[in-house]
Amino acid sequence: MAIDLTVNGTPQRVEADPDTPLLYVLRDDLGLNGAKFGCGLGQCGACTVTVDGRAVLSCVTPVLLMQGRAVTTVEGLGTAEAPGPMQRAFIEEQAAQCGYCIPGMMMRAQALLQERPDADDAAIRRALEFNLCRCGTHMRILRAIRRAADTMRHAETAAPNGRAG
Amino acid sequence: MGRRKTRHNAVERGLIGGAAVLLALGAGALAWAWETAIPPQPRPAADSFPADLVAEGARLAAVGNCIACHTVPGGRSFAGGLALPTPFGTIHSTNITPDEDTGIGRWSEAAFTRAMRRGVDREGRHLYPAFPYDHYTRVSDADNRALYAYLMTRTPVRAEAPANGLPFPLNIRMTVAGWKLLYFREGAFTPDPVKPEVWNRGAYLAEGLGHCGACHSPRNALGAVDEGRAWAGGEAEGWTAYPINRDSPAPVPWTADSLSFYLRHGWHPAHGVSRGPMAEVTGNLAGLPDADVAAIAAYVADRMGTPSAERRRRGEDLQALVPRLSADAGTPPGASLPAAGGLSRPPTAGSEGTASGGDERGEAVYRTACATCHESGRPLPFGGLPFALSTAVNAANPQNIVNVTLFGLPPGDGTVSAVMPAFGGALTDADMVALLRYLRGRFSDQPPWDGLERLVADTRSGAHHVAVRPADGIERAPRNVGAED
Repeated sequence: MAIDLTVNGTPQRVEADPDTPLLYVLRDDLGLNGAKFGCGLGQCGACTVTVDGRAVLSCVTPVLLMQGRAVTTVEGLGTAEAPGPMQRAFIEEQAAQCGYCIPGMMMRAQALLQERPDADDAAIRRALEFNLCRCGTHMRILRAIRRAADTMRHAETAAPNGRAG
Repeated sequence: MGRRKTRHNAVERGLIGGAAVLLALGAGALAWAWETAIPPQPRPAADSFPADLVAEGARLAAVGNCIACHTVPGGRSFAGGLALPTPFGTIHSTNITPDEDTGIGRWSEAAFTRAMRRGVDREGRHLYPAFPYDHYTRVSDADNRALYAYLMTRTPVRAEAPANGLPFPLNIRMTVAGWKLLYFREGAFTPDPVKPEVWNRGAYLAEGLGHCGACHSPRNALGAVDEGRAWAGGEAEGWTAYPINRDSPAPVPWTADSLSFYLRHGWHPAHGVSRGPMAEVTGNLAGLPDADVAAIAAYVADRMGTPSAERRRRGEDLQALVPRLSADAGTPPGASLPAAGGLSRPPTAGSEGTASGGDERGEAVYRTACATCHESGRPLPFGGLPFALSTAVNAANPQNIVNVTLFGLPPGDGTVSAVMPAFGGALTDADMVALLRYLRGRFSDQPPWDGLERLVADTRSGAHHVAVRPADGIERAPRNVGAED
């Protein structure tokens, strides 16, 4: 079936079986390899993207549900040349080791901070409960998110949330 | 004029007389309601309590689920301060650590026992019945002694509970005396000599410290348990507490054995996992001796009664749907662990049939988003429960399904636990409603639910507040007590 959705601000029409995971559509049909396949069961968070601003596990989200929705992946937060505040914070804190979980971590944190710019440490930890990092860079990830929150709160730019669609 | 004056006088006399009667009644009520302070005492030394008494108190405190209300998640154990929303306003739990200034450090055992038995604090103030002394009144003196020993040997925490947010006149504690007059019956548990010992032990634990009825019973306009409909189902922290009497909506009738397994482990292959506030209950009961869990189960099973022949037969038929480990007989094909990426596997077992009312959208949502786990054949607690076995789908309202679907079952801290991903971000309200209609039509013979749009919207917005907790409630389970120190 044909599904019309917006991905990182660009309207897209995809042809896919309705039960195709959003993750497969993003990676295989749209060439967006930021979101990762980890467990395939919605338990590790590596596939996290945002849909209409909310964090979603794209490996267990059938594309059927995405009709008319706005999806943002880590590619939508900025570019290598001009990283957005979340990406910059992760680079500055050197929060990645192997990096596999990081796009999911960033998208979960992005969703949280868009909804609650003043999220405290407890709220950040709670929100990230579903995202696993096996390298153990949790403390750096937390620092990066706090830094991103700080940047977003103090940003004077017109697009405090980066280029998120 | 004169007649009017006379009438006026009569009214005046009547008013004065009435006031006098009220005053007399009021004085009488005050005398009745007045409770004296029990003098403070220095905190008893922790080593003045025998270790086995403290250990017994720990087990009893787990039955009482004290820690659930008297601890803020992530905070210091038993230090109170948890906001308990009630229909009358917010009540904050008190500090029951032995801190002398802000806790119960200066309470004597007599003061503690009086609080449990009559709902009065050491200083003689009536306690709000959010503290379930209508149940705790049945606790024996010996068990109160053990509970006292356990609490007095915890780490004292200095923590003042925030002020309660109750409107006038409920903010005046003397009003609680009136509530007690209407609804509270003081008295220790009396065993039923006709019943076996295990039944009486179960009744004592379930009706007393366990206070099952506090959540699993409807409450009247003044917040008292409706005794005529005890265990007929209630509400707790935004979750439905199912009827656990003859009206239990469980598709497979509960037995003493299945209840025992469920209360011990927090899940059962034919019933699903405990969640919401019940996850804390099962998390706490995990540390109890088998005999006590079995006793509670035996008593609850008896209250549920013997199912009708038809219901039993249906339950037996449904056993075929219970996912089991592949080593077991009767394993459906493909029932082992689903392969990674097995998401687009089409639903198979039991997915024949269509939704009543022709709700194609609901069916499509179910088949693409739910069936991949809930029809995978993967056994509980890590696989999804087939909905034909689901109590939630057969209950009077779908609140618990909405809670679990929108918010998921968060993983337990530092342990392997049942997990369900949250679908709140993926499902629109319209899709959620369509899914609920489909589940009800397909997996239950009960009439359709009403008011789904409102229920879904209010749950999502937080207008209907839901406490979301890890699947096993471990953060406040007894084995974690003190872990934060």
